[in-house]
Amino acid sequence: MNWLQKLMAPRIRTQGTAKGKVPEGLWEKCDGCGAVLYGPELENNLMVCPKCAHHHQIRARKRLGALLDAGTSAELYADLEPVDALRFKDSKKYKDRIVASQKQTGEKDALIAMHGRIKGNPLAAVAFEFSFMGGSMGSVVGEKFTRTAEFALEQRMPFVCFSATGGARMQEGLLSLMQMAKTSAALARLRAAGLPFISVLTHPTTGGVSASFAMLGDINIGEPKALIGFAGPRVIEQTVRETLPEGFQRSEFLIDHGAIDAIVDRRQMRDKLSDLFALMMRQPKAVA
Amino acid sequence: MNPNFLEFEAPIAELEAKIQELRHASHDQAFNIEDEITKLQDKLKIRTAEIFRNLSPWQTAQVARHPARPYTLDYLAVMCDEFHELAGDRAYADDAAIVGGLARIDGRSVVVIGHQKGRDTKTKIRRNFGMPRPEGYRKALRLMKLAERFKLPVLTFIDTAGAYPGVGAEERGQSEAIARNLLEMSELKVPILCTVIGEGGSGGALAIGVGDRTIMLQYSTYSVISPEGCASILWKSADKARDAAEALGLTAPRLLELGLVDKIVREPLGGAHRNPRSMAIRLKAVLLGQLEALDRLDTPTLLEQRYQRLRRYGAYKAA
Repeated sequence: MNWLQKLMAPRIRTQGTAKGKVPEGLWEKCDGCGAVLYGPELENNLMVCPKCAHHHQIRARKRLGALLDAGTSAELYADLEPVDALRFKDSKKYKDRIVASQKQTGEKDALIAMHGRIKGNPLAAVAFEFSFMGGSMGSVVGEKFTRTAEFALEQRMPFVCFSATGGARMQEGLLSLMQMAKTSAALARLRAAGLPFISVLTHPTTGGVSASFAMLGDINIGEPKALIGFAGPRVIEQTVRETLPEGFQRSEFLIDHGAIDAIVDRRQMRDKLSDLFALMMRQPKAVA
Repeated sequence: MNPNFLEFEAPIAELEAKIQELRHASHDQAFNIEDEITKLQDKLKIRTAEIFRNLSPWQTAQVARHPARPYTLDYLAVMCDEFHELAGDRAYADDAAIVGGLARIDGRSVVVIGHQKGRDTKTKIRRNFGMPRPEGYRKALRLMKLAERFKLPVLTFIDTAGAYPGVGAEERGQSEAIARNLLEMSELKVPILCTVIGEGGSGGALAIGVGDRTIMLQYSTYSVISPEGCASILWKSADKARDAAEALGLTAPRLLELGLVDKIVREPLGGAHRNPRSMAIRLKAVLLGQLEALDRLDTPTLLEQRYQRLRRYGAYKAA
């Protein structure tokens, strides 16, 4: 706050960016085809370009809102908050990064968990908020994922996860690595109980998340052209010292190599998930 | 300078060279300078202790990947009465960056699995610098399943900079191979003891690191990312690896404090590479002791305790 703002009475000050809101223009340029799109229209289309079907980043709450039946969803474990156990500091303190990300996104950390219904059938669901520190997995993400898997187990309902993440959160050191083990162990229990888990890998899903629960779906679904891999392309290029082929580590590449079951357009995702879960749960086909 | 000495080991190298020199001299000239040698040896001990008492995290990281540090096969050679290496993932290849097989240790049958680095250029390349590809992790899983079938405990030895980031590794599902091991190890119906003997590098280490106990050698490291990798991402410069090592909290005492490691095994004066044999004997005793404790648990209890152990990992607050 500068001296001028301090002098002005709060009520005549114009708010810069309102807390919990990412500032967005009315017009957005499509990252795929370059077309200029009307913001609300893009949002109505689940952030998929109506012209070229390019899938833009979608916020976690928007994603879950589009998945679950209206009026049926309830948030889970919203009280979990990150702590700076290592007192980690690079160019910025981790503590400050947390505060800044919370302000910028309005979320406490990078994973949102909910339960609700999909075409009438119960479902537990988590989605990554990529804009929160690159959707990185620290203790809160790992704990929330694990608790939601345990919730699904207890309530005997299927579980879906939408990943969008760079991987483990370095600022939590080995604590973040161990979330890979914890979340995978929770999925083992779900598996043993005969409850389905579907992993939806969206752009991007790499590192410690792809090398744990994101690849452990009974069914793994990729969104079109999503970057999915263990190592990021930059790291691989540095290691092998050659330019990577076009389309390397994209969903279409993964399906060719047998790593995922299907590629599904975001606009058809709800129908697809509902059908698959109903089949695995031996329920009749649900109609919207 | 001898390439087998790190920069901060220089005073140790100097003293050792001097002792060697004197030995040669006494041999050639046939006059007794044993006293002088003894004095220098005492000094060497004191100096080594001083240097190793105050190792920084960055220095510890260098000891953990010391070129002379004992690797998995060095430990197995001392610890096991017999070791029969078993190769291949039955699907694609044998990955020499991970070794494993059936072994007998103090009379009892076990399955051993560990990362393996090479010593010279040729073996380093053959072992891919200890960085496994998916087939390495799949071989490891195959051996764990074998252990489960015959009710044998699994001992793993972790020593890798990380899983290999290459085109082929991605094509063959590096992520899936690691992920599947995490899941399977969490419910494998036999005891699993995991020991970090050198570098515990990220997912590539954890892929054979889920079990009932996590043990670390005193100067080994375990981290979510290498100090160099962390520095180049967060500091935008690999030169800041020293700072990154400090920030990451990757040393054994720090990780014990954080509750992520169950036990630290003390290393011989100056590190495991100064006396690999005594290190292996000490580790063997610790592993046998831990196995005995786990022997007393029935399978459901073993698995419940393992789950609760993993369940506790994390630091967060809840309103």
